[in-house]
Amino acid sequence: MATPSRNGDTGQRWVRRVQYESGLDPGFPDSIAKLRGAENLLGCIQCGTCVGACPVSPYMDLSPRQIIAMTRAGFKDDVLGCFTIWLCASCYACAVACPKQVQITDVMYALKRQAMLEGRHPKNFAVPTLAQEFYRQVWTHGRSSEGRLIMALYAKVDPLLMVRNMVLGLRLVLRGRIGIKAESIRDRAAVDKLLQEPPPSSKKKEVAA
Amino acid sequence: MNYLYYPGCSLRSSGRAYEESLLPVMEAAGVDLQELPDWNCCGATSYMSVDERAAVQLALRNLALAEKSRDDGGPVNLVAPCAACYLVLQKAQHRIADYPDYAAVAKQDLARVDLTYEGRVKVRHPLDVLVNDVGLDRIRRLVQHPLRDLKVACYYGCQLVRPYSEFDDRDDPKTMDLLMEAVGATVVDWPLKTRCCGGMLPGTIREVGVRLNELLVEEAARRGATVLATACPLCQFNLDTQQKRRPEGYKPVPPVFFTQLVGLAFGIPRRRLGLHRQMVAFEHDFAGSTGGSRG
Repeated sequence: MATPSRNGDTGQRWVRRVQYESGLDPGFPDSIAKLRGAENLLGCIQCGTCVGACPVSPYMDLSPRQIIAMTRAGFKDDVLGCFTIWLCASCYACAVACPKQVQITDVMYALKRQAMLEGRHPKNFAVPTLAQEFYRQVWTHGRSSEGRLIMALYAKVDPLLMVRNMVLGLRLVLRGRIGIKAESIRDRAAVDKLLQEPPPSSKKKEVAA
Repeated sequence: MNYLYYPGCSLRSSGRAYEESLLPVMEAAGVDLQELPDWNCCGATSYMSVDERAAVQLALRNLALAEKSRDDGGPVNLVAPCAACYLVLQKAQHRIADYPDYAAVAKQDLARVDLTYEGRVKVRHPLDVLVNDVGLDRIRRLVQHPLRDLKVACYYGCQLVRPYSEFDDRDDPKTMDLLMEAVGATVVDWPLKTRCCGGMLPGTIREVGVRLNELLVEEAARRGATVLATACPLCQFNLDTQQKRRPEGYKPVPPVFFTQLVGLAFGIPRRRLGLHRQMVAFEHDFAGSTGGSRG
């Protein structure tokens, strides 16, 4: 699993896990809490209800509760470099369970956006790559074409995936569930005019090892 | 009953069977669905992950188009069968309602493409329409082949009920259960009805995505379900393609769209309901005893 390693250490020897003040970014908490949906971040009481509600928290390196605590404390590098934000599938289980109405799903979205902007994820990591390919496709055509999207994803992430999933792909084609036709809206110019700013170039900055 | 219909991208591709079964069922139930002209992708979770403003803009264009095509000033019912579309369209509505300063920005964005949005659109899910507008009494009268002996696990998934659902409970939704009982099926008690299928994770972080689906299928099988009823194209796709490693002794549990089951009960032929598109085949013998399935 392509886990961005936070300390570059996977061996047996002891590594420092305690964070030092010098690693903090004091502006980070406010930069996130000012975003739409993330305002209640500062009201978190660290009860951990979100962790219990989350179906993917067992696979996370930092729990949603830790993400909030570390965001509030200013541990920008750890939060933006973690695996957790890419695991969040936006199921909103945490957001509706939170007794302080912290919109944790929106916080995760905000962190994903920031991490992508700064290129904090490993190069061609599947989750941000899929989001960016989807973004580009809809920008160009106004609709998403699933077959093309998957091919574009595999081409970037690992072309071998096309081979590994060939049988499944063929079965889907035979059932008419996937194709290579590009879906499109008629008024394509409308999407351009509406969104205006160009799609973000694929930032593939390698995370410093 | 007159509704606008927002199919969404998946219902034209991997989730074609959802549209194929939805349309004849709605027609039989007397619901007139008219497709929203030149709708665009809702943006799904990807747009929110990349650019929040663009995500809201995309969704708002659809809502504005819906209002434009019903210019009588009255409320507009927009039916969105895909749970992700259903959520995203409402999310955009909540964004402009909760943030007045942002609503002004959104208004300018829409003005660039000669559209306005007043807020007349009500986003509806077909489950909501069938149970609350058509009504279970009318559904019962339309049943020609009660789905006797079919043991259904009703799977709502996440984005249909969370965070905005107004028509059902977030933790223990009942609408689909009631609908399945109305067409003669037996609903199994199944606590994972709103647990996440992983969304796009089976395609990105495979180990986790597959496991999430295995948990759902295993529990459905353990509870005696012979079929999983879904209300979202991505849930159905994931459950249909990730049933490889099953524990010994369990039969596969085919995931179908709830509209396909209602259609079968209404006497609509299998092929018109898109059941030939299943990966995990679903067989049902009306004449008698089996509610079984074949993998």
